[in-house]
This record gives sequence, structure tokens and C-alpha cells, in this order.
Amino acid sequence: MITKMTITNIHVIDQDSAFDFYVNKLGFRVVDDIPMGPDTRWLTVSPPEQPDLQIVLFPVKVSKMFPQETADTLIALIRKGVFGCGVLTCRDVFATYEELKAKGVEFIKAPTKEFYGTEALFKDDSGNYFSLQPISNFDENDI
Amino acid sequence: MSSNEYPKVYLYRRIVKAKLFIDAHYAEKIDLDNISDEAWFSKFHFIRLFKTAYGSTPHQYLQSVRIGKAKELLRAGKPVSDACFLVGFDSLSSFSGLFKKITGETPSSFAARYQQNKQAIAKNPLAFVPGCYAYQHGWTENRNFEETDQ
Repeated sequence: MITKMTITNIHVIDQDSAFDFYVNKLGFRVVDDIPMGPDTRWLTVSPPEQPDLQIVLFPVKVSKMFPQETADTLIALIRKGVFGCGVLTCRDVFATYEELKAKGVEFIKAPTKEFYGTEALFKDDSGNYFSLQPISNFDENDI
Repeated sequence: MSSNEYPKVYLYRRIVKAKLFIDAHYAEKIDLDNISDEAWFSKFHFIRLFKTAYGSTPHQYLQSVRIGKAKELLRAGKPVSDACFLVGFDSLSSFSGLFKKITGETPSSFAARYQQNKQAIAKNPLAFVPGCYAYQHGWTENRNFEETDQ
């Protein structure tokens, strides 16, 4: 039986810029940053409290995997904001929202109370978007 | 709900300001007075709000930032004593003790392990990349990453 997810991908347009976004703005930890020849690196990061999940910051560029047409299409779709890459969890969504905004992160939805809980939406430097939600037992009334 | 409409936005902005103050000034001789002044809170009120938002007290958070930055310096090859003083500690023994408490190993052991791992990666990088990814990227076809004449 499957026991857990260990590695997943986020397709990014520029790895250097993605490194800055995920590490310096979101506060993710670098797991591997290994040069793999000219202009290529194996770059993985983890959310601070989830070290056993490696997220590959996977550059979309013309290669064996991505012929020119595929790369162009994928880049266009990422830039358009088509891809939602998941839910990121924080302790306090309002504090995290204010902090990320102060660091220049672009939000497409400010924290909003939905029937399923409080949620904000933001984009990474490529155009991928994430939902930001608080841990389930956080009580906003404590602030 | 816009950013100005959610409840207690003014409180959140002050708490975040204090956190960003710690992030920017961790290497300086800052203490709780500096930090709570930065957020315009009384000390008691500030500690309670900070802990509610972040799950740790401002002091615990400052210590964790300092140890995290020390790890970065050690990875970059700085000696343990340099890392200690560059992140704002006065005493090598209190730095080493806290480092071990938080990371589970001493700073020198951490640095040695990191350098050993770095050498192993430099010697055989592909051993550290899942084979399926290496294959998809075509890295297994040019194991030494030599420039090829096309």
C-alpha cells in the first residue's frame, strides 16, 4: 500500500527566481541544490515543518522532456495562472498574509471566511497559485 | 473582505512588524524591550499575541532564527566561533548548547557532516538524485556533465 508522498513537482519558469521566492519569501528550506551541468540544477525545497516532503522546483525549458512547443504551451499556461499547486498551511492566516504581503508576494484573494474556513490565495513568481489556510485548531478569536 | 476589513488588522500588522524586526536584526543585541517597542505593545500583551500568532514566544523565535542563520554560515564554511558571534551570541558555550538542543547535534558535528555530504555530492551528484528524474532529464546519458560538441 502507498504510505506517503515524498517528492512532488512545481513547474517554474526561472529556477533562480523560484529559489528566491520559495526560500527567501515563503521560508521553505533547501533540501538539495546540486549542479547538474551548465544552467541546470537539481533543486528541492521543503515546507519548514515538513522535511520529509521534497518539492522539486522543476524548470520548464526546452529539453528531452519538454520539446519547444510543449515548453512554450506550459510556460504560457503557468503565466496565465491556470495551475493551482495545493494548499499551504500556516498557524495564523492573517499574520502570514500580512508578512507575505510585506515581502512582496502577490495575493489574488485576501483572507476570506468561506464555509470551509478562512482562506487566502497567492501566486508564486511564475504564476502558479496556492491556497493559504490556517491549521484546523487555530482560534482567530485568541488574537 | 479586503485586507483593511478583516478583524484586528492593526494588531496583525504590529505583530508582523515585530517578527520582521527580529528577522532583520537577529544579529544585533536585541531583546524583548526592543522588539515590543517596535510593535508598540506592552511586554506581556506582546508576548501573548506573538505566541498566539506564531506558536512560540518572541525570545524562542529569535533563538530559532539565530540557530537557523548559524546553520547557513556553517554550511558556507564559516568556523563555529564566527557563526556564533555573527548571529548575535556572546558566548560560545551558550551557542553550542542551544544549537545542540534545537538541532540534536553540536555545531562542529553539523559542519563536519555537511562538508562530508558536500564532498560526496561533488564526487557523484547523480547518487543524490532519484533515478527517475535523472533519467527524464537525460542526466544519466552524460554522467560527468561534460560539454558536448553538437
